[in-house]
Amino acid sequence: MPSLLAIDTLLIAACVWAILGLAGLMAPRKTRFIAKTLFPLGALVSVLAGIVGLASLGATSQTAVLVIGLPDLPFHLRLDNLSAIFVTLLGFVSAGISIFAAGYFRQGEGTAPGLLCFEYHIFLASMLLVLLADDAYAFMVAWETMALSSFFLVTTDHRHETIRRAGFLYLLIAHIGAIAILLSFGVMTGGAGGSGDYSFAGMRAQQLSPFWSSAAYLLALVGFGAKAGLLPLHVWLPEAHPAAPSPVSALMSGVMLKTAIYGLLRVSFDLVGTPIWWWGVVALAIGLATALFGVLYSTVQSDMKRLLAYSSIENIGLLAIGIGLALIFHSYRMEALAALALTAVFYHCLAHAGFKSLLFLCTGSVLHATKERSLGKLGGLIHRMPWVAWLALVGVIASAGLPPLSGFVSEWLLLQSFLFSPGLPHAWLNMVVPVAAAVVALVAALAGFAMVKFYGIIFLGQMREDSLKDAHDAGVWEKAGLVWLALITVLLGIMPATVILRIDAATRQLLGAGLSEHVRDHGWWMLAPISPERASYESVIFLVTIVLSVWLGRWLVHHLYHGRGRRSAAWDCGYHFQGPRAQDTAEGFSQPIRRIFEPMFRMQRHLPTARDREPYYSVQVEDHFWHWLYLPIARLAAWLSMRITTLQGGRIAVYLMYSFITLLLLLLVARP
Amino acid sequence: MISISGLIGQAFAIALALVLAPLLLGWLGMCRAWLQSRSAPPLWQPYFMLRKLFNKDVVLAETASPLFRFAPFVVFGCMVLACAIIPTLSTDLPLAPAADALALVGVFGLARVFISLAAMDIGTSFGTLGGRREMLIGFLAEPALLMVIFTVAMIAQSTSVATIVETLAHRDFIIYPSLAFAGIAFTFVAFAENARVPVDNPATHLELTMIHEAMILEYSGRHLALIEWAACLKLYAYSCLGLALFLPWGIAERDNFMALVAAIPLLVLKLLVGGFLLALLETVNAKLRIFRAPEYLGTAFLLAVLGLLVRLLLEVKA
Repeated sequence: MPSLLAIDTLLIAACVWAILGLAGLMAPRKTRFIAKTLFPLGALVSVLAGIVGLASLGATSQTAVLVIGLPDLPFHLRLDNLSAIFVTLLGFVSAGISIFAAGYFRQGEGTAPGLLCFEYHIFLASMLLVLLADDAYAFMVAWETMALSSFFLVTTDHRHETIRRAGFLYLLIAHIGAIAILLSFGVMTGGAGGSGDYSFAGMRAQQLSPFWSSAAYLLALVGFGAKAGLLPLHVWLPEAHPAAPSPVSALMSGVMLKTAIYGLLRVSFDLVGTPIWWWGVVALAIGLATALFGVLYSTVQSDMKRLLAYSSIENIGLLAIGIGLALIFHSYRMEALAALALTAVFYHCLAHAGFKSLLFLCTGSVLHATKERSLGKLGGLIHRMPWVAWLALVGVIASAGLPPLSGFVSEWLLLQSFLFSPGLPHAWLNMVVPVAAAVVALVAALAGFAMVKFYGIIFLGQMREDSLKDAHDAGVWEKAGLVWLALITVLLGIMPATVILRIDAATRQLLGAGLSEHVRDHGWWMLAPISPERASYESVIFLVTIVLSVWLGRWLVHHLYHGRGRRSAAWDCGYHFQGPRAQDTAEGFSQPIRRIFEPMFRMQRHLPTARDREPYYSVQVEDHFWHWLYLPIARLAAWLSMRITTLQGGRIAVYLMYSFITLLLLLLVARP
Repeated sequence: MISISGLIGQAFAIALALVLAPLLLGWLGMCRAWLQSRSAPPLWQPYFMLRKLFNKDVVLAETASPLFRFAPFVVFGCMVLACAIIPTLSTDLPLAPAADALALVGVFGLARVFISLAAMDIGTSFGTLGGRREMLIGFLAEPALLMVIFTVAMIAQSTSVATIVETLAHRDFIIYPSLAFAGIAFTFVAFAENARVPVDNPATHLELTMIHEAMILEYSGRHLALIEWAACLKLYAYSCLGLALFLPWGIAERDNFMALVAAIPLLVLKLLVGGFLLALLETVNAKLRIFRAPEYLGTAFLLAVLGLLVRLLLEVKA
């Protein structure tokens, strides 16, 4: 009997997810059964998928053919190292989210729990199939299933108009992206005198001219960029993430955005053939713009989930920067350096999936405990929700890119690959690339600002509303999910060398080079991608030194002096009449950013004057892209449709005449 | 390999940092007083302050969370680590591979985030104001510092601080124009990061322009002592980083005991001169409005990027 292949196990996992979803559909209102049985089972399947993915890293790729779909068009599936990394990510991260969801979804919030369970598990299964697809047909079917199921998940609370609008915006941009992806596959399949073989193997075999391969790459960049949130197709993210329930936001931001990165990597490094150097420059430029834009807007948000959504845009920008660098190096056959940049990309995918899901879930707990998601009405929650607060701190430090957690490792690798760029054989690039590093440094520092704002305003300080005193900590399931994701974040932070040895299989598949030969020479605690003299980072030693000096410092101070202390009202320079309102609001905290980067924002401000009877202050920050790009296009579309309506007179004779004229024209054109 | 002499050197470097850092601040205070025609406080004034604070009881605000009590120890730990990995006397430091120059920027960032969070924890207007301004200075200064490090790292072909020192100190004497730009930018950043005059005023209280002092208003007793000590260590770390990057001569290499002994007076001499220059620059400058700080640090950033470009344009002959 042949043993069970890894890819078969993953297909079974997808089927079990679908069955769990159907089981939820059978009993749509039995919240207890759905939450406490189906979601934990789904989490179990996720862990299994993650383990299979991890085990298949470094193994030979496996293929399968499914005879479903249309006649003579079977689904080709393949599990190679590139897929395996993302399967691992999907499995381990979604496990934490599913456990959290077991405690999160409740009766009476929009969509029935059973339906939600169905959509959720179909979403998971379709993401898995996207990663496994080995032909354009299967890929597009899974991609669209993913888009649709996530659309329904976003519009869970469909009674609110804003949420419906957010959902439609998401659907629209997802479809613009899907068209671009389809065209990209079309170019790679058809080409000039192409075989028409729609499988990925067929695309690899194609020898496209530079023009057509560039077209395919650019279309893929647009298509996957729309899903990932690259400028200027990012506008759906800050709308859809606050609209969706928190576990769904976590899943979309943590995992679904990564499937878009997977697609981009698959096309640009695997399918389309040898890259041209300017492809990397395009990705680098778009990535820089996206990262800077995302982080600036995340610092000025007043809604906690919008803040995180913009921060996701920033992280996607960083990933695009890494991909751009890897493409530049790869096009000049500097594979060792390309491997460094690509490792940074993979690492950041894993890190971001962990910490951003964690943070989104924390906002979910806060939302449930307080019914508030505007930063201006939160505060002081560390006293009422210590578990959520301390676990959120892990996510915040990782997200700010600080050692010793996961976000720092990828940032460090990215900066290291920038440092190597002066070896490029192109003088102009040599100049521009290090300046790009300056922007990355600025983005990283601003991310710290945004995260301090996020954490400080929600969890620290005094409670801004009286109702917050009734806030309660997260339940057991929610805590378990948060702890799981925090653990991933910490482990990714302190064991970089071990993780990189795993990632190595994927970079080796794409580039033929990896970091393993250098990384393996040292212990698991030391990360030295080239050599220890050149650059090294030991996060465990780092952590141990800090913990040791904290502990030793505390012990010595208490031992040599005393541990006495008492509580009293806050001093605050002797002025006792300050309530919670005297603290910075979310708007106040970001005032320096608004002032320094004023031209970047479209602001509407109302300042109180001395004569106001009811003085108030308000500021609204809007996206330039809405006003410069989207609204003109929308107006153009509306105008065109108005013009077209004049064709529709409502008389059947006229319509018949249109058909007749069309027929004549077609005959004229299609004459043999 | 980790050697016994390396471990001893490491422990000695940390102990030296803990001892010298308050003295450096005291020296700075003395020079400032002389330059301003005041009678100077004694050199060990910071020690008196630390001793007094350690003996006092802690008064915690009622709204303080555990994070508030935890933060001073983290900040102190970060600064000890920073001092441990910057070569002051010798480049043979077993802890040095734990963090290269980029991770060093991360250590400072971690300390900054913790102290800002602690400032926001009590929920007073001064605290949040201080936290916000600290993060503002931080995100302006950090990219400039990283660009300085990039410039130096490109010259030394390494981001490890120990390797940078070894490369720069033992090559033929060459004047790099890029290092001049980087040095000026680094000085700008060091002033801003250590809450010194053009950006912040260490001598002020209850002024709407204060940054560092506004953050630590609610601290008292041993917590305040640790924060003050950590601030001294930060100043010491920045001074030693500056010396290591731009004037690395005299720092001993591996297994060279005599050089190690000779390095101590040289380091003290460098710190004395450096401290005096710092005090001089501080005295002749006026404190800037907070919204001039972006211009000041933007200049530092541009200088650092210019340094990098000069390095790439003029000095790399491929």
